[in-house]
Amino acid sequence: MARELFVVIVGCGRLGSHVANRLSASGHSVVAIDLQQSTFAALSPEFGGFRLEGDATELSVLTLARTERADVFIATTSDDNVNLMAAQIAQTFFDVPRVVARVFDPARESLYRELGVTPICPTTLAVDALLAFVPEVVEGGIDT
Amino acid sequence: MKVVLVGGGKLAYYLSRVFAAKNHEVCIVSRDAEECQWLARNTRATVVCGDGSDPQILEQAGMRAASVVLAITPNDPDNLVVAQLAERRFGVPRRLALVNDPESETVFARLGVEAVSMTRVLSQLIEQKTEVSEITNLILVGEGKLNATQLDLPPDAPGVGQSLREIGLPENSLVAGIVREGEPIVPRGETVLAAGDRIVLITVPRNHGEVLRALMGVDA
Repeated sequence: MARELFVVIVGCGRLGSHVANRLSASGHSVVAIDLQQSTFAALSPEFGGFRLEGDATELSVLTLARTERADVFIATTSDDNVNLMAAQIAQTFFDVPRVVARVFDPARESLYRELGVTPICPTTLAVDALLAFVPEVVEGGIDT
Repeated sequence: MKVVLVGGGKLAYYLSRVFAAKNHEVCIVSRDAEECQWLARNTRATVVCGDGSDPQILEQAGMRAASVVLAITPNDPDNLVVAQLAERRFGVPRRLALVNDPESETVFARLGVEAVSMTRVLSQLIEQKTEVSEITNLILVGEGKLNATQLDLPPDAPGVGQSLREIGLPENSLVAGIVREGEPIVPRGETVLAAGDRIVLITVPRNHGEVLRALMGVDA
């Protein structure tokens, strides 16, 4: 296995908990942050990381999560603006080298990039996957 | 001047009235459909219903023509993104965001967004009010690097009967305006202070106490 990473994950919903479980299972250190403690139930019994209840757009919460030590910061909440704010704080205040955030609205992807945050847009990903299924449509236009 | 207010509620309502009274063009963007209808009926503002951090909605609100954007929703992340979009996508020259968590003020500043915290402004106002009633902290500029303070000079204040030149206020302080018996005065060095003058004072934290002592004879 490659070097063990320290990963901070914001939002412990379906996406966040899944990523946290996977990373933890492959031996990485994970801190999962969510506003509601109840969401931590989605973490697998084998999850070996930390759970932190709090608002990840607050400096004090990210400090508590030891974000300054993080190699990767992943924002997965269902609110695009919360993700973008938390990601910018991670990058600007805590110098996290790799910062990625989910964004639902494809129109906002470019703003994320401009602000130094790598966007993961479910819609864009789904579109790419669907179009890859019919590659001739993308490459040469429809051949009649 | 065109002003775009993102966020609804009483704050949007009162602000739009203030701007409309000064003949500014106002557009309010709110997510709440019911509130939008109410605002459309009760203000002169154009109302756009939708997510104010959605670039397309902001386009509809005429953001390109806006001189000022005020992000006043109850959610700090929304206000941050609205201000950042206003700057980067629409080139709006002046942007101000409301922060609900006073701690966010530092965050916004570092991310290049000018912000004001109601909680902090209010708590400081209340603090000042309860300490000395003749002294009111008006505004703090740049996270309190510059203070505007209002003073009501009591008859026994050491500044009464002296000209500003005689008082010799320290560097980086200024008596910016005086209201005397309802009449405004923009003072000069020879202006003599009188009992009952209402003074608008500009100071920095370093000399604030010294200036108050010189004019009022009290500590801040």
